[in-house]
Amino acid sequence: MIDFTEEQIERYARHIILPEVGAEGQSRLLESKVFMIGAGGLGSPVAYYLAAAGVGTIGIADADVVDMSNLQRQIIHNQDRVGMPKVESACETIQALNPDVTVRTYNEYITADNVREIVREYDLIIDGCDNFPTRFLVNDACYFEKKPLVSGAMFRFEGQVATFKPHQAKDAPCYRCLYPEPPPAGLVPSCSEAGILGALAGAVGTIQAVEAIKELLGIGDSLAGYLMTFDALRMEWKKLRLRKDPACPLCGPNPTITDLVTYEQACELKRGE
Amino acid sequence: MSITVRIPTPLRKLTGGADEVRVEGGTIGELIDNLEAAYPGLKERLCDESGEIRRFVNVYLNDEDVRFLDGRDTKLKDGDEVSIVPAIAGGR
Repeated sequence: MIDFTEEQIERYARHIILPEVGAEGQSRLLESKVFMIGAGGLGSPVAYYLAAAGVGTIGIADADVVDMSNLQRQIIHNQDRVGMPKVESACETIQALNPDVTVRTYNEYITADNVREIVREYDLIIDGCDNFPTRFLVNDACYFEKKPLVSGAMFRFEGQVATFKPHQAKDAPCYRCLYPEPPPAGLVPSCSEAGILGALAGAVGTIQAVEAIKELLGIGDSLAGYLMTFDALRMEWKKLRLRKDPACPLCGPNPTITDLVTYEQACELKRGE
Repeated sequence: MSITVRIPTPLRKLTGGADEVRVEGGTIGELIDNLEAAYPGLKERLCDESGEIRRFVNVYLNDEDVRFLDGRDTKLKDGDEVSIVPAIAGGR
């Protein structure tokens, strides 16, 4: 267990006082490594809360720069940083909040060429990206590397959160059990035509952060096996069962996907948006 | 048999903006056909050419995915709630 400094004891006092966390749990958080895909709407609250919680190493991948239109929801950035790479902006915010955190920045796109070796170095992965091809790539890489994945997605006024750890239990599903392959272009509204209620990102991302911290601590009930959905207009959360698909092409007993697959981007998304 | 069907944001333009509609149906298959009659265009979004539920759309009866019940033949009873849960990918 880590020897806390006086400052750390003070900083993490409200965690340490919780019997479910304690000095041991806080020590575990400080030794944990989390990799986040996306420093945007979902990544902002996730990074804030993981950093505040003292997650010792946070890796962040994002290839975009901060744009004025991001600031309506991407709260880890600010107006002075328009034009700055998002990973640098996120790193500055995190380090100003908590110097205990080591930030590793990946100012690049996640591809089949880099995803497995990056994922391998971390304890838990958080997906807050903005497209289907990356979501499938990250799911598959996490499955092959046996890493838990906390996935969040949103659209206009709706959010979805799920935890995938098919390597940990025979009946635990992966993202492909939920959706075996990306939808074809045209059948799902394209990202560029979709607005988003800014604060929705906070609601969904914060649930991802809570779930990630619980996974790292090994406390409570995992969301694995469920899909949380949030409808902001109805102000309603739902917890739906998510079962392992025996015909899953990835984690089923007869897999047809045995290596990473690169899908074409199904929607024309402006870079920087 | 009147069933409450929850319509997700991406499909609400087909229901005139309604987030919840009530439709008759003894099975999921009948329900989808009746949804199509009331809100033309919905079935195409939910089912492929052969009438199977598309793989990037999940249809839930209460809190259970109908794929793990009896699919389109899943029986419905009064008071059931059916939710349509489409794949969404936004994060930024």
